[in-house]
Amino acid sequence: MATKLTINGETKSFDAPPDMPLLWVLRDILGMTGTKFGCGIAQCGACTVHVDGKAVRSCVLPVSAVENRAITTIEHIGSTPAGAKVQKAWLEAEVIQCGYCQSGQIMSAAALLASTPKPDDADIDAAMAGNICRCGTYVRIREAIKLAANGRQS
Amino acid sequence: MNAHHDVSRRALLTGGLATGFLLAFHLPLRAANEPEQKDVTDGKFAPNAFIRIDETGRTVLMMPQVEMGQGTYTSISAVLAEELDADWSKVEVQHAPPNDKLYGNPTFGLQVTGNSNSIRAWWTPLRKAGATARAMLVQAASSQWGVEPSSCKASKGEVAHEASGRKLGYGELAHAAQGQTPPKDVAVKDPKDFVLIGQPLKRLDTPDKVNGKALYGIDAILPDMKIAAIANCPVFGGKVGKVDDSAAMRVTGVRKVVVLDDAVAVIGDHMWAAKKGLEALKIAWNEGPNAAITTKDIWQNLREASTKDGVVAKSTGDIAKALASGDRFEAAYELPFLAHASMEPVNATVRVTKDSCEIWTGTQIMTRVRSEAAKAAGLPVDKVIVNQHLLGGGFGRKLEPDMVVAAVRIAKQVDYPVKVIWTREEDIQHDVYRPVYRDQITASLADGKVSGWKYKVAGSAVLARWLPPAFQKGIDIDAIDAAVDAPYDFANFHVEYVRAEPLSVPTGFWRGVGPNNNVFAVECAMDELARKAGKDPIEFRRAMLTKNPRMLAVLNQVAEKSGWGEKLPPRVGRGVCVQPSFASFIATVVEAEIDDIGEIVLRRVTSVVDTGIAVNPDTVKAQIEGGLIFGLTAALYGEITIDKGRVQQSNFHDYRMMRINETPKIDVTVVKSGEAPGGIGEAGVNAGPPALRNAILAASGVALRRLPIDRTLLAVGKKA
Repeated sequence: MATKLTINGETKSFDAPPDMPLLWVLRDILGMTGTKFGCGIAQCGACTVHVDGKAVRSCVLPVSAVENRAITTIEHIGSTPAGAKVQKAWLEAEVIQCGYCQSGQIMSAAALLASTPKPDDADIDAAMAGNICRCGTYVRIREAIKLAANGRQS
Repeated sequence: MNAHHDVSRRALLTGGLATGFLLAFHLPLRAANEPEQKDVTDGKFAPNAFIRIDETGRTVLMMPQVEMGQGTYTSISAVLAEELDADWSKVEVQHAPPNDKLYGNPTFGLQVTGNSNSIRAWWTPLRKAGATARAMLVQAASSQWGVEPSSCKASKGEVAHEASGRKLGYGELAHAAQGQTPPKDVAVKDPKDFVLIGQPLKRLDTPDKVNGKALYGIDAILPDMKIAAIANCPVFGGKVGKVDDSAAMRVTGVRKVVVLDDAVAVIGDHMWAAKKGLEALKIAWNEGPNAAITTKDIWQNLREASTKDGVVAKSTGDIAKALASGDRFEAAYELPFLAHASMEPVNATVRVTKDSCEIWTGTQIMTRVRSEAAKAAGLPVDKVIVNQHLLGGGFGRKLEPDMVVAAVRIAKQVDYPVKVIWTREEDIQHDVYRPVYRDQITASLADGKVSGWKYKVAGSAVLARWLPPAFQKGIDIDAIDAAVDAPYDFANFHVEYVRAEPLSVPTGFWRGVGPNNNVFAVECAMDELARKAGKDPIEFRRAMLTKNPRMLAVLNQVAEKSGWGEKLPPRVGRGVCVQPSFASFIATVVEAEIDDIGEIVLRRVTSVVDTGIAVNPDTVKAQIEGGLIFGLTAALYGEITIDKGRVQQSNFHDYRMMRINETPKIDVTVVKSGEAPGGIGEAGVNAGPPALRNAILAASGVALRRLPIDRTLLAVGKKA
């Protein structure tokens, strides 16, 4: 039986086992590789996507749980106001090093700004502590979120 | 620098072994110098292996070093484009194909990215490559105009003849430039004329990293490709016994179970099927002779080995006499196994046919991947194609070809391409680990200074396995790199090395490499000696840095910027680390607080860096910031332990990483300098652990001598 999902505003229909995590549906069935595999147990946040605007870890999210929900991935986050601001700030602050975790970081940051337009340090910690960056770009992630929230401080 | 240079890694690799294979490099002047695996870039003007310019002026630069986050694609491009006088807005980068002759790292003679030496190794060759191309473009323009080349000037992708106001773009000149004879010995720019080098240029690789477009090895997708998950024998050196795959084959989407001698893989339509299939397998392993090994055994062996005399790597003055007088100090410092844990788990995609093997992966060692894949496939090297990708972190793990070899062995058994992905658990449990080290320092103090310094390093010789010709006279020049290259002026100085390979556990390079253990031991000992001498740690160091002005300058600056000496609350301390790493000079102060139960709160980190000419100062800053967190993560949490021959950690819940909520304010200052560029990708890693440990010493009086930090020693009421 075909599974139907709404991803980035488009309906996608495919065959997948109901317990298959959304991460592998995106990557291995739909060929959308922007969402990354990091740990498989919701410890690192590399696989973060939005479901109805909320940041979730797609590596432990069965595909059957997200039918009829609006899924947004890194490929499309730039079309949301918060996502576009985050992407721009990320480049302005030159956050990124290897970049592998940054899809997830950007998705978490975009969800934060959509719900909390002016986050303080505690808000940032709470929203971003689930995303590991092995290159250690945390200082600039914090700076970029503030930049996205407030515009350039000069 | 100081006088202790003669057996340092730099000296040996660039001079001492120069008669061997290490000088395989020479600047290739023509692409006609046939690459074994051709690059696919069209370019009317291809003056050398690195530069391609087409009629539109599109400038493609071939990257001999790989991008794993360290920013090297942008820095290498800046060096080439500077001397080429390219239009920076038209520069694009491309991964170079595997070819040691064209793209071999000048230091190693191999196409390897490591040891923080991309810029150091390529600085002169790439400047000359860019300048040669510029000269050919100028010659093409001047001959078209019938004027002297010296009356023309190149800038931003154009050649101009000022006297007549004529201008031609590089695209327009591409065809004619290709016909020019390259000048034999071209002059490079005076650094005062640099327009790109020294500027905080925006990185070329990051725009595609904010929208999911950037492709890492794990993102390779091929027609008819299947996905495999792998289970390596949990015990190092063990083999597969019996496999019952009946349940696995019933999992929806599972296509095949591949049994190798030391691993089993399940191939499926997607990773979920492969993973579930792997979980459904019943595998009986022949665990072999290592099945009972524990971390305790490994440490007992290392401690025993470290009591022996080592091979003398450096000795000046009279160490025996010096240690016989003065106030004596002895300590041993111990560092654990560490996994790399790149965010992109180990993976490789391979298609094998009867006469070809094609690989898609991100690797730090392309040509070795190619030759090892050829062996595994049973094919000549020229039948193997390697497609390089961005690396989702490397940190030394991807200096090994094992994941590609495993993927080739699996792909050989099927007639479609296979992407083999290691789960995080496999990635952590089948790494090539940062070795355990035991570093013993015996020193004497006289008149408030170190009067004798004996440092014995005991641990793995990674180089002996990885680059055998570099392992000479029983000395691993990596393991003692920053031991022989100590920044201080010690009158009587002695360094020994004991090779001690850990039981069964494979060891390899880990970001920061040898200086990891050296900088930790030296800087811990220096703080303990300062206390013994009754001196402030910075004041104590200063007195022995008088012959090392660059180091002294960064130390003085970090003292000022970190507020060194200003009063702190109870159980808060500052610790300093001075380090010569990869020809950079770095001083760091960590300010940390210890709570009642011994937990650490990082308050602030200040680093001052003199890396010579900083090609991209913002990248230098970013590498120090990130490196500090990498090193502090190891100090706070990093330890791989072994029980029953197996690694006990498996994922980020038990092999912890620092997170944003634990990250302190980090203030990095990059000193302006006209000296030759130093290495920067790893230096920050080495700074964090000793500076934090010394901050803990200042805050609590507890002199920790092992990592990771043992909180139980730091709780209120505990005594060291």
